[in-house]
Amino acid sequence: MHDAMEGFSRHISQQFNHELEGIRTEMLAMGGIVERQVHDAITALTKNDIQLAEESKRLDQQTNQMELSIDDQCTKMIAIRQPTASDLRLIVSISRSVSDLERIGDEASRICKHAIDIYNSGENPKGYHEARHIGALVSGMINDVLTAFARRDLAMAYRVAKQDIRVDTEYRTAMRTLVTYMMEDPASISGVLNVMWVLRSLERIGDHARNLAEHLIYQVSGTDVRHQTLKSIKQTLRDDSPDDEDDLNPNSE
Amino acid sequence: MTPAKIEIENLSLTFADRQVLNQINLNIPANQVTALIGASGCGKSTLLKCINRLNDLKPQCDIDGAIRIDHEDIYQKSYDVTDLRRKVGMVFQVPNPFPTSIYENVVFGLKLLGVRKRHHLHEAAEKSLRQAALWDEVKDQLNQNALQLSGGQQQRLVIARALAVEPNILMLDEPASALDPISTLKIEELITELKQTYTILLVTHNMHQAARVSDFTAFLDQGRIMETGQTRDIFTNPRRKATEDYITGRYA
Ligand SMILES: Nc1ncnc2c1ncn2[C@@H]1O[C@H](COP(=O)(O)OP(=O)(O)OP(=O)(O)O)[C@@H](O)[C@H]1O
Ligand SMILES: [Mg+2]
Repeated sequence: MHDAMEGFSRHISQQFNHELEGIRTEMLAMGGIVERQVHDAITALTKNDIQLAEESKRLDQQTNQMELSIDDQCTKMIAIRQPTASDLRLIVSISRSVSDLERIGDEASRICKHAIDIYNSGENPKGYHEARHIGALVSGMINDVLTAFARRDLAMAYRVAKQDIRVDTEYRTAMRTLVTYMMEDPASISGVLNVMWVLRSLERIGDHARNLAEHLIYQVSGTDVRHQTLKSIKQTLRDDSPDDEDDLNPNSE
Repeated sequence: MTPAKIEIENLSLTFADRQVLNQINLNIPANQVTALIGASGCGKSTLLKCINRLNDLKPQCDIDGAIRIDHEDIYQKSYDVTDLRRKVGMVFQVPNPFPTSIYENVVFGLKLLGVRKRHHLHEAAEKSLRQAALWDEVKDQLNQNALQLSGGQQQRLVIARALAVEPNILMLDEPASALDPISTLKIEELITELKQTYTILLVTHNMHQAARVSDFTAFLDQGRIMETGQTRDIFTNPRRKATEDYITGRYA
């Protein structure tokens, strides 16, 4: 049923077509803003750009508003249209997705707050390299999952879910490194702690991006793959490419 | 899977060479609600009537295939049609009260079956009128002519009439099309209650009614069964595109 995108225009009710297309467009627009929040938060941290940090935090109010508005439209459509089948799944998927997007925005704001704290403390802690690296990974995930939504591309959604495993691994490695920094130089502890919180936020952003991928898989395929291992998601998608290390990772839930 | 109460096998029906039902295969599970959905003119009412043998005497009507109730072929010569009608209660799409009193309408079937005891008839009338959510409105005017009732009241009256003889299969053809939301919910509650003891076949154009009350759904398209399945699957993730288009209100 991959033609369901053009399917928005096939309802007998034109108004319903407009409403569905509308929430879908708004969700993608919200995704674009959230993507920028994350990107700016990482730049603000690594470049010590306090002004950018403040701006990124302001964007958060906008995405909070968008979540409320899109979710409200979803609720109204459920009440008025009583959607079924792919329409219902689209609306449920969007309603879940805006909640994950909003939380990604919250994590970005947290990163900004730590960037500001670090700036105000005048320190220049270690760990930026790790933050930049994981930041690039999760930014890529958000970008890819939004593209997957726009194209209803399940293979791409699956790659995003898989990328989350890599982020988790890198996060654990980075945390170990940061602990080593702190032991080597106790004076750096408060600064490095701030960076640790940043890494924690980035890791959570990765989790939310994976959730988004799962919402899309549900929307398109009708199977709820939350809390499933990658391997069984792969089976759901009838992807029979050979398994690699991540596909087989027993912690991939 | 619950055992089938009604088995329909390769059922085809033509009216004057016009194919109305085409190779229908369908099992209706016992003590469950099966919803029959599909566009106007696709053959839903015709299929229900076949289960009550209301078509085979019509001129120019040809029926092929088999329908079994409790594993017995209802079209075999020796089958007792009166017995069948008693076993299979039917509420028609257009309410058809008899031009007699409300009370006589409800007890009609029982009288036909030879029930004469007045207290027995009274009890049955009150019980079925209550079940059909009509009792409170008519209890003081049971001798009034049934044709003076409103459309929605007539609809509930014929439901009461069908219930009075306690059939074990109940076929409801658009039973709530003229009802307000409260009466509709009461009828839906009744359907859910009755499935403990009855096998219910429900035709409805209200998709959400089908989703609310039925366990199984069969989608009929131009005389053919397009898709059958658990209602919860059909309404969240149908397998066929034609089903999806129909229930989501898309152009085919
Ligand atoms: N007695 C009859 N003689 C000739 N054609 C008939 C007869 N009864 C029904 N038909 C035709 O059979 C087809 C199916 O009719 P049926 O009443 O079963 O449709 P339906 O699915 O119940 O539609 P609706 O939802 O409008 O009630 C229609 O095209 C109708 O014209
Ligand atoms: Mg009909």
